[in-house]
Amino acid sequence: MRTSLFRHHFDESHRALREEARRFAREEIAPHATAWEEAGEFPRSLHLKAAQAGLLAPSFPEALGGGGGDVLHDVVVAEELLRAGSTGAAVGLGSLSIALPPILSLGTEDQKERFVAPVLRGEKIAALAVTEPGTGSDVAGIRLKARRDGDHYVLDGAKTFITSGVRGDLITVLARTGDDPHAGLTFFVVQRGTPGFEVSRALRKTGWWASDTAELSFSGCRVPLDHRIGPEGSGFVALMQNFERERLMLAVNGHALAEAALDESMAYAKQREAFGRPIGRFQVIRHKIAEMATAVTSAKALTYACAARMAAGKGASPEVFMAKNHAAMVAREVCWQAVQIHGGMGYMRETKVERWARDARLLPIGGGTQEIMNELIARGLGA
Amino acid sequence: MKIGVCVKVAPDTDTRIKISGDGAGIEESGIKWIVSPYDSFGIEEAVQTQEAQGGEVILFSAGPKDWQTQLRAGGLAVGAERAVIVDDPALAGTDPLGIARVLAAGIASEGCELVFTGKQAIDDDNVQVPAMVAELLGWPHVSFVTDFSTDGSTFTATRNVGGGTQEVVTGSLPVVITAERGLNTPRYAKLPAIMKAKRKKVDVKSLGDLDLSADDITPAVQLTNFSLPPERPAGRKLEGDVDTMVQELVRLLREEAKVI
Ligand SMILES: Cc1cc2nc3c(=O)[nH]c(=O)nc-3n(C[C@H](O)[C@H](O)[C@H](O)COP(=O)(O)OP(=O)(O)OC[C@H]3O[C@@H](n4cnc5c(N)ncnc54)[C@H](O)[C@@H]3O)c2cc1C
Repeated sequence: MRTSLFRHHFDESHRALREEARRFAREEIAPHATAWEEAGEFPRSLHLKAAQAGLLAPSFPEALGGGGGDVLHDVVVAEELLRAGSTGAAVGLGSLSIALPPILSLGTEDQKERFVAPVLRGEKIAALAVTEPGTGSDVAGIRLKARRDGDHYVLDGAKTFITSGVRGDLITVLARTGDDPHAGLTFFVVQRGTPGFEVSRALRKTGWWASDTAELSFSGCRVPLDHRIGPEGSGFVALMQNFERERLMLAVNGHALAEAALDESMAYAKQREAFGRPIGRFQVIRHKIAEMATAVTSAKALTYACAARMAAGKGASPEVFMAKNHAAMVAREVCWQAVQIHGGMGYMRETKVERWARDARLLPIGGGTQEIMNELIARGLGA
Repeated sequence: MKIGVCVKVAPDTDTRIKISGDGAGIEESGIKWIVSPYDSFGIEEAVQTQEAQGGEVILFSAGPKDWQTQLRAGGLAVGAERAVIVDDPALAGTDPLGIARVLAAGIASEGCELVFTGKQAIDDDNVQVPAMVAELLGWPHVSFVTDFSTDGSTFTATRNVGGGTQEVVTGSLPVVITAERGLNTPRYAKLPAIMKAKRKKVDVKSLGDLDLSADDITPAVQLTNFSLPPERPAGRKLEGDVDTMVQELVRLLREEAKVI
């Protein structure tokens, strides 16, 4: 869909980076998107390629190998990568954007050099492990225990639904070091291969097929002291600090899928004929497209407005939670209609709209559910 | 060594070209402008040569100063040091020879010893400017190059001559090299480089700055009328067993398409 309505949010550097991301998506992802989604995996080398193209971490500090940009640089790259047809690959590349921020905000220079830099070089894969089999929305209910033992901590417990967890090299784990529900939580980095740390299961999902999602088990897992991120008890606040950004990026995920599904539908409606004419000539289909475009534009407007505030260094709560919920709803509706416009073809796994309709189901769940967002919105409004 | 690259900004490859109302040009509104892709191969080769040999890569364009947006993103952000744009009202009506005169004058004024450019621009597809630039400079030129190396005084260039045959050309600098697809893979512009490119120098010059006048670029060729190629007819499906289909295909290729 073409509109110049949002041009003012972006400058030349955003536009130039978008072109680079578009080329990367076209050359490195699109030709393989279907195969990767069907295989449930994309090559590890894509991390390296994305890093070399400067597209892995646009907003991370330049000194550690990031792009030194703002959140709108992240937005343009995410939009282009998502359009390429493998949501799984795009979100798999993106797991570092939730795994690394606690290390950036609490870690020592040495920890940043050891844990952040290799991920930004595309050599290692990072994952964030917060959710547990027994608790998701209620983060303060985390039970995975970290007990101090000399110059080590011993971790016992389990994590689940962890994006990039199956093949992650570095897992940023939120663990309980004290009894206080919030002030008793601390982040640790656990490296692949640490005795007592295991991937207990690779999980099969509704969508995001090309991204790996893991259940992880920690049993007497000894982690050296210098793998603790920040002082004991600093975990919850560090997690909260990145929540706005995570939710913004999920909102972007929503409008990017919806917009791509709209574009596919418009092209299909021009070319598919029924009753002697392109289906796009039927008013019912034209109006569907008009409504889909309206929904996409409204989602982008809200999300970009939040992103622009955040790029200016300001907070965007609770609006960014509204943006996530709204984009999730728009993605669901638009992808559903896109399948409808494609008819039987829309139910076939070879079409992207079929895939996007499944992928979109995650959006009101992951990164904080729709209900939890509503709770935060209501609280923010003083309701 | 100063290395020049001649760069044209052209409509993006997937633009659907529309003829303007008066038939004398194309509709320019809504077009996305990019560095002509073959010129991107030229830029990459220049930057790789500069990285190996030292020196400075300078971009040369004859066109509107607005092209600096594309020159920054597609050239200065991937390693070129600065750009010279010759923007003059007289350029609007000129032809490839006029453009070549302007580029050659710019290159001469900077004292370049090696010039890269695309084998052709993807808008007019004239394939004329590079050879003309070389002629005006009094330099040799090698076209359609797929492999290039230089030690700073001599060069070796491989060019495709069609039919799968390759020619290897050696010589001494200076030389104009035109890039064919396959010469290299242009690097991505990373964000820090995009930011740095904002501050790189773009000189906008007039014809007068290069001691040229409008008379020097009076066109020998004028474009008077544009029309779109006829729409491609729908494909035809041959039926029957393999032998029948092959016979029919050969007959069609000979009698209708007249290609064999
Ligand atoms: C594909 C995928 C990838 C994921 N990746 C990661 C990852 O990389 N790292 C990670 O740590 N986690 C990850 N998650 C986990 C995700 O963040 C959680 O699934 C999510 O936060 C919800 O938690 P839950 O699944 O435990 O649901 P629950 O908390 O059990 O919620 C179940 C239902 O109850 C509702 N509910 C809960 N509390 C309330 C309340 N107070 N008021 C009203 N309703 C309520 C919820 O909204 C929901 O509808 C991922 C999940 C998925 C599906």
